[in-house]
Amino acid sequence: MYRNVLTVLSAQLQQQVNRALKRFVSCTAAQLPRPLAPGHEEASVVRQEPYVEEVRLVRIFLEFKLYKLELGPDTLVALTAQEAALYMKQLLAIRRLEAASAQLYKERLVRGFCHLSTGQEACAVGLCSALRKEDNLIAGYRIHGLAYLMGATAKGVLSELTGKASGCAQGKGGSMHMYAPNFYGGNGIVGAQVSLGAGIALANKYRDTGGVCFALYGDGAANQGQIFECFNMAKLWKLPMVFVCENNNYGMGTSAWRSSSNTDYYTRGDFLPGIWVDGQDVLAVRSATRFAVQYAQQRGPLVMELCTYRYAGHSMSDPGTSYRTREEVNQVRQRQDPINRFRKVCLDMSLLTEKQLRIIDQSVREEMEQAIQAARHDEELPLSHLANDVYSGNCAELKLRGVHGHNLEHARSKATSMHN
Amino acid sequence: MLRSRLSKVACAAQRAFSTSPKALAAKQMTVRDGLNSALDDELARDDRVFLLGEEVAQYDGAYKVSRGLWKKYGDKRIIDTPITEMGFAGIAVGAAMAGLRPICEFMTFNFSMQAIDHVINSAAKTFYMSAGAVNVPIVFRGPNGASAGVAAQHSQCFAAWYAHCPGLKVVSPYDTEDARGLLKSAIRDPDPVVVLENELMYGVAFPVDETVTDVDFLVPLGKAKIMRPGKDITIVAHSKAVETALLSAAELAKKGIEAEVINLRSIRPLDMQTIFTSVRKTHHLITVENGWPQHGVGAEICARFMEDPAFFELDAPVWRCCGVDVPMPYAKTLELNALPREPDVTAAALKVLGKK
Repeated sequence: MYRNVLTVLSAQLQQQVNRALKRFVSCTAAQLPRPLAPGHEEASVVRQEPYVEEVRLVRIFLEFKLYKLELGPDTLVALTAQEAALYMKQLLAIRRLEAASAQLYKERLVRGFCHLSTGQEACAVGLCSALRKEDNLIAGYRIHGLAYLMGATAKGVLSELTGKASGCAQGKGGSMHMYAPNFYGGNGIVGAQVSLGAGIALANKYRDTGGVCFALYGDGAANQGQIFECFNMAKLWKLPMVFVCENNNYGMGTSAWRSSSNTDYYTRGDFLPGIWVDGQDVLAVRSATRFAVQYAQQRGPLVMELCTYRYAGHSMSDPGTSYRTREEVNQVRQRQDPINRFRKVCLDMSLLTEKQLRIIDQSVREEMEQAIQAARHDEELPLSHLANDVYSGNCAELKLRGVHGHNLEHARSKATSMHN
Repeated sequence: MLRSRLSKVACAAQRAFSTSPKALAAKQMTVRDGLNSALDDELARDDRVFLLGEEVAQYDGAYKVSRGLWKKYGDKRIIDTPITEMGFAGIAVGAAMAGLRPICEFMTFNFSMQAIDHVINSAAKTFYMSAGAVNVPIVFRGPNGASAGVAAQHSQCFAAWYAHCPGLKVVSPYDTEDARGLLKSAIRDPDPVVVLENELMYGVAFPVDETVTDVDFLVPLGKAKIMRPGKDITIVAHSKAVETALLSAAELAKKGIEAEVINLRSIRPLDMQTIFTSVRKTHHLITVENGWPQHGVGAEICARFMEDPAFFELDAPVWRCCGVDVPMPYAKTLELNALPREPDVTAAALKVLGKK
């Protein structure tokens, strides 16, 4: 009975979401995802540490939309308390990491670009939670959270923003250029990361690693020519990759429907199958990613659209209000916030208690506080590093040219890089 | 037609200058075969190496540089791409970031402009941006510079373009030895290397001895080669302009002037030590290149002299012989006059030496 009601509800909602953002923000609180936990509708489990051991089954609230696929991702997914705690921690960590980034920016400690992903946390957490050790990720410029999830520490991310030697790229990359094992960076050139991702997938196939490469791009980048070039070659060569369009509805200040003649980004691979995913739902993103890993490995590339929303402006210099209304932002915050939605699932399913959530939040606060202090007070690289790491092999120049002549020693700062 | 005539000129030039007994005993090999054998050697040596580009496999290469390799190494190692430079250059760079050793062929470097973002922003800068975490061992190669009768969009030298960028290494071979040795070094190098070949040289044969055909023969990146010693004036050139310089040196010799011809081989790093050493002997310098003058290779060499004590060794200003500062015209006589020829170089040398 409950299930039927939910299906009807979900169908109604899906219709709404199909009309893009207006519908997307028009969901009422009452329509938020409802957990379906057979035998556990009444949350009466004793709430105490350690986490409950049972597995809960949760129905994905907004149906996946499929393009050229007969079967899609699982809509009934399992969730353990340990997973719930982990995802909650990661969601909160990214939220607080971005808040810390904004804070450091306002303190004028972050130079140049700073793109926040606040509001889009479920995309990063859901995606990374489903990656296996042999899978890889490459993304655009909004990557603080992804770098963190792929192995950079909070200190590594924040110190990178403030340009400190303790940054994950020693302060040489900044907001857009962070790297971690299997994470090939932030890329500042919109769309370029998709071609690079296809190359990483080619390497996976070439070496038969079984790995799948996820190449992330936004609704803005979705119109770059090289993405279509890569749709074509990925299909021709059956590359194990997933084209992930994080559709936050705005490319800078241009809304999706002003930039794209077809805003169903999951259908834009033409000959590539696609899946539309509620990007505000960690479990939906995780389920879709798990499906995509299997599909890409066995059958080749596909497109995955994660429908999401960015609360902040495009960058710190953008108040984000000239091309959309404050009301719209507030509505998404109130009704479609990925953290609130997942928190509700965890509580309704009796997977986490209020107390456990508070403890998680506190541990995240402490982690971020320490990272902020390091980002504020650590030192920048000494000047002797200015000319380091231009070449990984023999530089062959006796000296690199400084401002006043060829007088800089070139050296490598690390003995080895990822592959040499 | 023109190409065959140019080839004859090149052969004549090479006959005129390569007269050592060793060279006479050596076998002949075209630049194309030098490149082909270099690819073959390195594909056999390292299974991370693969070649991709337009028409490199079943067609045997648009200029037949990869002839026979697809049959030998198959679809996995020799990959035909669609006509989609930006995409496949990015794919090649991504594969290099993930640990493979791609050789990305541009059918000509004119088309690399479609993909220049990946050459510069993705390949050249990643090692620095990642503070030494991700290196990009890739080779971008293909014919560069003016061909014959193909007009403006297909006749352009990219030496200065790519050499401008830190993080890249750029080489520009002239003869078979250069082509084979530099390409092999480029493939083994852990950083992105741009190999600027010359279509008009592909069919030209040069003598190669056993050291050059040896499977481990390498020409180091960043080292120039003295093609002809001399004491009166230094002529620096790269790629096909080396041929022009050698022809000019032969002409100058008839006037009793001994020109030292330096083949740069490598544009970045630039082997200034070899040029400085030569000028300490000759006290005169001209540069020859088929690219445009402004901010060109010759311009950089001039600037380096201004900044070095070697400046005081110069008895006359340095002079540049460059391609004319216009897009390449199609018509034969116009095209011929758009690039420096032997009489231009000879006249420049005489002018710098204060002779008529």
